[in-house]
Amino acid sequence: MHPVVTLVAQRIALGLLLLLAVSVLIFLGTEALPGDTAQAILGQSATPEALANLRAELGLDQPALTRYFGWLGGILTGDLGVALTNGMEISSELGKRLGNTLFLAFWAAVISVPLAIILGLVAARYVGRWPDKLISGVTLSTISLPEFVVGYILLFFLGVKWQIFPPMAMAFPGMGLFERLYTVMLPVLVLVLVVLAHMMRMTRAAILNVMQSAYIETAELKGLSPMTVIARHALPNAIAPVVNVVMLNLAYLVVGVVVVEVVFAYNGVGQYLVDHVAKRDLPVVQAVGMVFAAVYIGLNILADVISILANPRLRHPK
Amino acid sequence: MRRIPLSAIIGMILTGAFILSALLADFIAPYGMAEVVGDVWEPISADHWFGTDTIGRDMLTRMIYGGQTTILVAAAATMISFGTGSVFGFLAATMGGWIDQAMSRFVDLLMAIPSLILALVILSVMPATLTTLILVMGFLDATRVFRLSRAVAVDITVMDYVEAARLRGEGWRWIIFREILPNALSPLVAELGLRFIFAVLFISTLSFLGLGVQPPLADWGGIVKENSAGLVYGKSAALIPAFAIAALAISVNLVADWVLSRTTSLKGGRGA
Repeated sequence: MHPVVTLVAQRIALGLLLLLAVSVLIFLGTEALPGDTAQAILGQSATPEALANLRAELGLDQPALTRYFGWLGGILTGDLGVALTNGMEISSELGKRLGNTLFLAFWAAVISVPLAIILGLVAARYVGRWPDKLISGVTLSTISLPEFVVGYILLFFLGVKWQIFPPMAMAFPGMGLFERLYTVMLPVLVLVLVVLAHMMRMTRAAILNVMQSAYIETAELKGLSPMTVIARHALPNAIAPVVNVVMLNLAYLVVGVVVVEVVFAYNGVGQYLVDHVAKRDLPVVQAVGMVFAAVYIGLNILADVISILANPRLRHPK
Repeated sequence: MRRIPLSAIIGMILTGAFILSALLADFIAPYGMAEVVGDVWEPISADHWFGTDTIGRDMLTRMIYGGQTTILVAAAATMISFGTGSVFGFLAATMGGWIDQAMSRFVDLLMAIPSLILALVILSVMPATLTTLILVMGFLDATRVFRLSRAVAVDITVMDYVEAARLRGEGWRWIIFREILPNALSPLVAELGLRFIFAVLFISTLSFLGLGVQPPLADWGGIVKENSAGLVYGKSAALIPAFAIAALAISVNLVADWVLSRTTSLKGGRGA
């Protein structure tokens, strides 16, 4: 078999194994700690008989191992159970909200990735001069800010003071694409700012690293313009680290989305998670936690696979 | 002594001011923390330098006490993450073998999930007291310190002086605390500032989500949350704690950058 296929298959298998381990961690993390679901529903003052009845009804009297496999089997077949607080099917609620969240993350990625690479190229072209310093300075300050601070600053100035964008982002079914995009512009902007800095700095660093190679000097001595040298000769060899950091940042959007959705009261998965953590609704927390972990690990695997594919030494073995 | 760059001096002064105001909160706060002293969201005035908050408490007072909570929780969490992370990291590096493997793989597992998500999952079953928050944040962040200190210690354990200590029969305590720790200190100190910033941002985010510090106590993230409803009506009170978080993070960052550049030039041996 081609060595690349073996490598990729190994990486994917490792990722699935990791996901399995994470499911154990999430299950144990919520089950092994003091207090259980029945206690959470009935409160501290419940009688022992009522607790025992409810435990039997929810299947909590089963051994932990049985319950874990029941839960895992449910996840694999798409049955995430029902929420304790309102008795609704988790999977249908999650499905609706996942679409909204992915819409947000998708547009953030579409805007931020090309922008970060272009800014990184410009900064690398003018390294040490004012465009580089300006870009680095601005992006450095956005790195130090938590997402909700960036969110509220944009909300206050762009949403309320100057009223360019709607301050509250609500997605309704039946909205046209442009209307929907306009509504979510502020949260998308916040997510872009949060991930832009890291991606841009890594692009800049990767290109500057390649710029020290001998073939770059050859290209320069041939008389190519600096931008051509960077775009045609340096960028292709900087692809692997750049793709890697892009994927890591897309995975980071998963975290950013939780906070940003709360800031703009957006009806996505992050808001769903936060609401149900506060209500101590364990089945929902476990399910949403698994979804976030799966997306995060999936993007990390994708990053590894792409950097394997981008490496010509692995693609064309001797 | 080399000249300290201006950015580091500014950073130190600001960081010092934040810490000082946290320590002296009881003496410099003009009003009581829970004392209602005026109307809702009064603008900035001579009586209330930062205006008043969502139920008419003095904003400056809230900010001073909020800073105290934020800095206290973040500092305690950083201490826990460094205490456990570095000791276990050094242990893994000196012991090697299956102990190292087991600890490293467990840390890989914890780091495979974003820490905010993991923290939310844990906080859904734990009571939200200050102690739980500090412990959860500290142990989650210890994974990063573990990786760093293990990587640093792996380089040190192959040194002749560690070998010499082993041969003369010193125990693991001696090797970790007397041989490895002094030599691993400078990269760890540089990391300390970055971990503290991370802890500040983390506790602020948790409180902002309503899952961190619980009322009547408030940290900066919590104060942002309390006053966030006013933003839509053009009341900017929520931006004050937001800027404070940013200012603290940036000023500690400036100091940490300077320490980092100093220690790397020491290690590389090429620096001026």
